[in-house]
Amino acid sequence: MKTYLAALLTTTILAISSASAQDFRIGLQEDPDVLDPHRARTFVGRIVFTSLCDKLVDIDPKLNFQPQLATEWAWSNENKTLTFKLRDDVVFHDGSKFDAEAAKANIDRARTLPDSLRRSELASVDSVEVVDEFTVALNLSQPDATLLAQLSDRAGMMLSPATFETDIGTNPVCSGPYKFVSRVQNDRIVLEKFADYRDADEFHFDRLVFQPIPDSTVRLANLRAGDLDMLERLNPSDAASVRDDANLQFMPIPGLGYQGITINTGANPRADNPLGKDKRVRQAFQLAIGRDIINEVVGNGLFEPAQQPFPPASPYNSPEFPVVTRDVERAKALLAEAGVERVSFELVFGNNTTAMATNELIQAMASEAGFDISLRPTEFASMQQEMQAGNYQAAQIGWSGRVDPDGNLHQFVTCEGTLNDSDYCNEEVDKLLDEARETPDVEARQELYEKAQAILQDDLPIIYVYHQPWPFVLSNKVEGFAPSPDGMVRLKGVKLAQ
Amino acid sequence: MLNIIGRRVLVAIPTLILVSLIVFGLQKILPGDPLLTIAGEERDPEVLAYLREKYRFDDPFYVQYFFWLGNVLQGDFGQSIRTGVPVSTLIAQKLPVTLQLAVMAIIMAMLIGIPAGVLSAVRKGTPTDYAANAVALSGMSIPNFWLGIILIMIVSVQWRLLPASGYVPLSVDPIQSLRTMLMPSFVLATALAAYLMRHTRSAMLGVLSSDYIRTARAKGLLPKSVILKHALRNALMPIVTLSTLLFGELLAGAVLTEQVFTIPGFGKLIVDAVFTRDYAVVQGVVLCTAVGFIFMNLVADILYILINPRLRHPR
Repeated sequence: MKTYLAALLTTTILAISSASAQDFRIGLQEDPDVLDPHRARTFVGRIVFTSLCDKLVDIDPKLNFQPQLATEWAWSNENKTLTFKLRDDVVFHDGSKFDAEAAKANIDRARTLPDSLRRSELASVDSVEVVDEFTVALNLSQPDATLLAQLSDRAGMMLSPATFETDIGTNPVCSGPYKFVSRVQNDRIVLEKFADYRDADEFHFDRLVFQPIPDSTVRLANLRAGDLDMLERLNPSDAASVRDDANLQFMPIPGLGYQGITINTGANPRADNPLGKDKRVRQAFQLAIGRDIINEVVGNGLFEPAQQPFPPASPYNSPEFPVVTRDVERAKALLAEAGVERVSFELVFGNNTTAMATNELIQAMASEAGFDISLRPTEFASMQQEMQAGNYQAAQIGWSGRVDPDGNLHQFVTCEGTLNDSDYCNEEVDKLLDEARETPDVEARQELYEKAQAILQDDLPIIYVYHQPWPFVLSNKVEGFAPSPDGMVRLKGVKLAQ
Repeated sequence: MLNIIGRRVLVAIPTLILVSLIVFGLQKILPGDPLLTIAGEERDPEVLAYLREKYRFDDPFYVQYFFWLGNVLQGDFGQSIRTGVPVSTLIAQKLPVTLQLAVMAIIMAMLIGIPAGVLSAVRKGTPTDYAANAVALSGMSIPNFWLGIILIMIVSVQWRLLPASGYVPLSVDPIQSLRTMLMPSFVLATALAAYLMRHTRSAMLGVLSSDYIRTARAKGLLPKSVILKHALRNALMPIVTLSTLLFGELLAGAVLTEQVFTIPGFGKLIVDAVFTRDYAVVQGVVLCTAVGFIFMNLVADILYILINPRLRHPR
């Protein structure tokens, strides 16, 4: 209780004495979960981690890997060993030094902790070897091209091993440009500048204050009132007024994730309908919906139409599969070919205003081609459970996206995939996607993904609708910020004009 | 007096057990697997199995309940599944916030509602009465979240007079604390004041038409003294009940208002906890709220006795 009071006191003193020291205040859409990178699961949590915890590697806006704690890396032993050279000038926030032993301890923690959410990401790692003081090697049980991408996110974040036995989730000690100060759940997370950071000169704020403000309108009002310096995830309906506001900078970017329609195509009773059983009906459904119309009407230009699960910035987003344009006549012809005139099914979706508008539009567009869709807005956790149980016909749901193409596709469409709610199974797709995991060679992987997509785009267990945007809004005092497709807030070089 | 308190406390125990059982049971029939929300987007089957065991989700309902109850009796409310923070810490963080909001809102509501009610009863049928009624009716009908957003737009964004949202503890900076809480408590007070005004008005009208008031007037007492000393004191009884009950309700958290003004109080805590299926938090907060509500009922009983001497020696 005493420590809590002290923490609360410092937080608030810090929070209100903002005039002297320079704060940077970021409005988040949700309150992050545990601040232990190995146990954390939310997207917003990663925004906080980006300033708090450095990773082995980072990514640039083109999704290329960049050195962070590792200066270089190399594959060897037929792609079954990944060796990292580490920086020798890194200290953790508690003053202890970062070296190969620390890296090994972290990767081992991430892959063995019973409730680590990184276990599946690091499943291919068989052992971690300290080669010398600043070289660490990961020995894999099988080649895993996705590993580098995993290590560019929470699986590659390094905590001070001296703190492993403490309560990391409420007091994380990492090696990033900012260190943890305090947190009041649902209210704020405060970080302060880490003076011993190697690039400390490039980080211009004394403190970062992350404030969860779930209501998009209120988040925006706070930014307009000068109580925030930037916010993430503006509601598309506010896009027009932000574009017109000279005091604000609007910086949307298509993210790594997507929103799409997952269709139950499996061997369960709910899939027993023309949509689930006949790919021509699914093709007709795709032809009936205008992704560009959704972008214009609901997205206010932020919902970049998606045909593929891979983000526009990704080298795996193939020109072979351009966005299918709406064609009601062809949709009707396909339905006739399939021997049905009108198809009715139920579409479930997470209950929020944007999803409601999107799905009402889909319902209206599809009805012109012969689809009678009944909409069922559902609370998100319930929808997830029903989908996993196969108790649905079609669901409009998204995926927050991963840097590596594997993360956006493999688990969703392979026969045994843990996220395969479509219950889709095609051995050829399995073979291609498994193979794409085994080589780090970009061109070879591009070809494999193209082949897999050729089958998937014909079978359509999932119809991708739009790339999930990350619409950032900043006060016009902020200089030097560049949005990144992963939706993270990187503050290197970012300043506030006086 | 002690008698009343003792009886109330005894009645409170079964009430609390019933409340916790109902909440526990309701959570179990909520659709949606809490583990799916905890285990993250990837839903690794191994992690799911581990968590299922850790949080005893495979045990029968009564085992889970008694396990929880046993811990609570030892002062351990468990910890938030979402953030790992102990539930008792969360309650300690949120309770002062919610209390401050509730106290400010109820004081504001009483300051507006009771005088307005008295005034409209005394001036029954005049334009003052109609105006007060119209204001009260709009106070009841305007949704809190709408009024909140409009106030933020005007007071914070346009005029830049008050902070748009957030919370500063009273102990740290009293002025700033009152400033941040002013708009949210006003928003809450508008609806409450309306109820209080309507009840005060009807209670006053009842009292003002009674014989002893006519006698007091006939004696030549000043109208002010008749209204405030003789009429209002008797009319206060139902208003006290209403105020304490309204206050009890405020303790459960003002969900929408807290959401709009991003005040980290009970309302936000419990709504977030329900959506993330954070069982331990929901249980702990509901229990705490129930205690608060029972306590407020007790306060109402005691206030009765203080206001109305006739209740002091029950025959």
